[in-house]
Amino acid sequence: MTGTRTALQARGVRFGYVDPTSSEVLLAIERIDLEIPEGQFVSLVGPSGCGKSTFLKIVNGLLSNHEGEIELLAPKAKGSAHAMVFQDAALFPWYSVLSNVSYGLMCQGMSKKEAQARAMPLIKMVGLAGFESKYPYQLSGGMQQRANLARALTVDPEILLMDEPFAALDAQTRELMQAELLRIWAQARKTVLFITHQIDEAIYLSDRVLVMSARPGRILADIPVDLPRPRELHIKRTPEFVALADRIWELIATQLHAHGQPGA
Amino acid sequence: MSRSLNDASGRRVRPGRLGWFDSHARLLYGLFGIVGFLVFWEFGSRAGIVSEYFFSRPTAIIEAGIVEVQIPRFWVDVQASLTEFIAGYGLAIVLAIPLGLLAGWYRRVQYALDPWLNFLNSLPRIALLPVIVIAVGLGLASKILVAFLGAFFAIIIPTIQGVRTVDRRYLDVATSFGASRRRVFLTVVAPSTVPFIVTGLRLGIARALIGVVTGELYAATVGLGVMIKFASDALQTDRLLFGVLLFTLTGLVGVEGIRRLEKYFQRWRPIKAGANP
Repeated sequence: MTGTRTALQARGVRFGYVDPTSSEVLLAIERIDLEIPEGQFVSLVGPSGCGKSTFLKIVNGLLSNHEGEIELLAPKAKGSAHAMVFQDAALFPWYSVLSNVSYGLMCQGMSKKEAQARAMPLIKMVGLAGFESKYPYQLSGGMQQRANLARALTVDPEILLMDEPFAALDAQTRELMQAELLRIWAQARKTVLFITHQIDEAIYLSDRVLVMSARPGRILADIPVDLPRPRELHIKRTPEFVALADRIWELIATQLHAHGQPGA
Repeated sequence: MSRSLNDASGRRVRPGRLGWFDSHARLLYGLFGIVGFLVFWEFGSRAGIVSEYFFSRPTAIIEAGIVEVQIPRFWVDVQASLTEFIAGYGLAIVLAIPLGLLAGWYRRVQYALDPWLNFLNSLPRIALLPVIVIAVGLGLASKILVAFLGAFFAIIIPTIQGVRTVDRRYLDVATSFGASRRRVFLTVVAPSTVPFIVTGLRLGIARALIGVVTGELYAATVGLGVMIKFASDALQTDRLLFGVLLFTLTGLVGVEGIRRLEKYFQRWRPIKAGANP
């Protein structure tokens, strides 16, 4: 379902944090150039602290003062250019599932009634029908991330940014959520930029895996994943999958060794 | 199979009964502590172990209370003290919460307020009482002002702190959805500051009561503090302690009210494990 338009184009993106105590600039991203065609699912993997989350925040507009250019598709009439699924649910604990999911729409100035009416089908889509009036603490970690995903999807973003959304889940829930995400993605037909440090997660979900270097980050390799879709979880045990995982792991391992973190 | 159990001494104990004592342990031990103390006080006083002259005894305090409530002057005192407390505390709430939210949200407001907050909060405000009495007089207004000053700082300081410690993640979520500053304030800052405000409200009750009592003891013509002072001058410890008891009850009622308010505003929080109703 890859289209001809480009959903995200980054040219020469470079970013440094200013250390507040020494006022030195710590370079987080050396240079990122990438292009994501519309409809593609792309993962960004790399060692901890390589700047992958930083890049996502730049795309999402949470960080400014970067060098280089970011180009996104213009949003549709009642949509957004981008929406973010945050790490650890980050649902507002004081709002019910329904209020959380309709939050983005209300930020765009939609009435509460209309926003909630538009949120309902998405709550159903992520498998949370019947849980609309629950508060986040009443949901399991996996369900919280479903709500988080629905919240991002309601604003009909041109690109969905996902920042290690399953990092806090236990291994089994994580696998289930990966499969669920693919099901939802096939229905929602969104361009996705997915950040993870789990290689098998990246391969299983993506059309392309971008491997980043250790800090300061740059893209080391752009690896296409040619596994057929729809993908079942057992695809993770096929030789093609394992070969891809080995290849990516070797790239990352060189980075870890080069930075004195053997086996980290 | 029988559901009864044998306890260590071999007696049969019904599990249901055991469960009731377990689940009410907190209440039972609490009651035991209070009743035990009252019994010790009462009989200690009668036996001469505790000085009745200084400390009176529970039944004497109740008797003094029964006499007191039949005097019309008493109700005038109650009305005056309650008015001072409610007006002072209420004024503090109305001013401290909005100001605290503003000061936490707008850095410049905080910069402007900070020196005053630090100065006035470090100042033992009771020391201002003589000045206040000179300026405002012996009437209710001086006591309202003292109660207000006590509660105001107790409420505004945690409120500012609450706004300033709002979880970064929630602010990021709101920003990433393009929420306006007004919306961020209403949907993120205000709800996450509630626990801090509640802490301030709870502290404020005690501070306002201290203000009322000290104000009335120092300079007043009417109020429960005046009644306590007269009772003290006449060495009527039972009557004196009845007055103290009334202030305590006011505080308890207030704290309970705050607890209910908190329960309503915090219904999105998990009920803490092990907390007995």
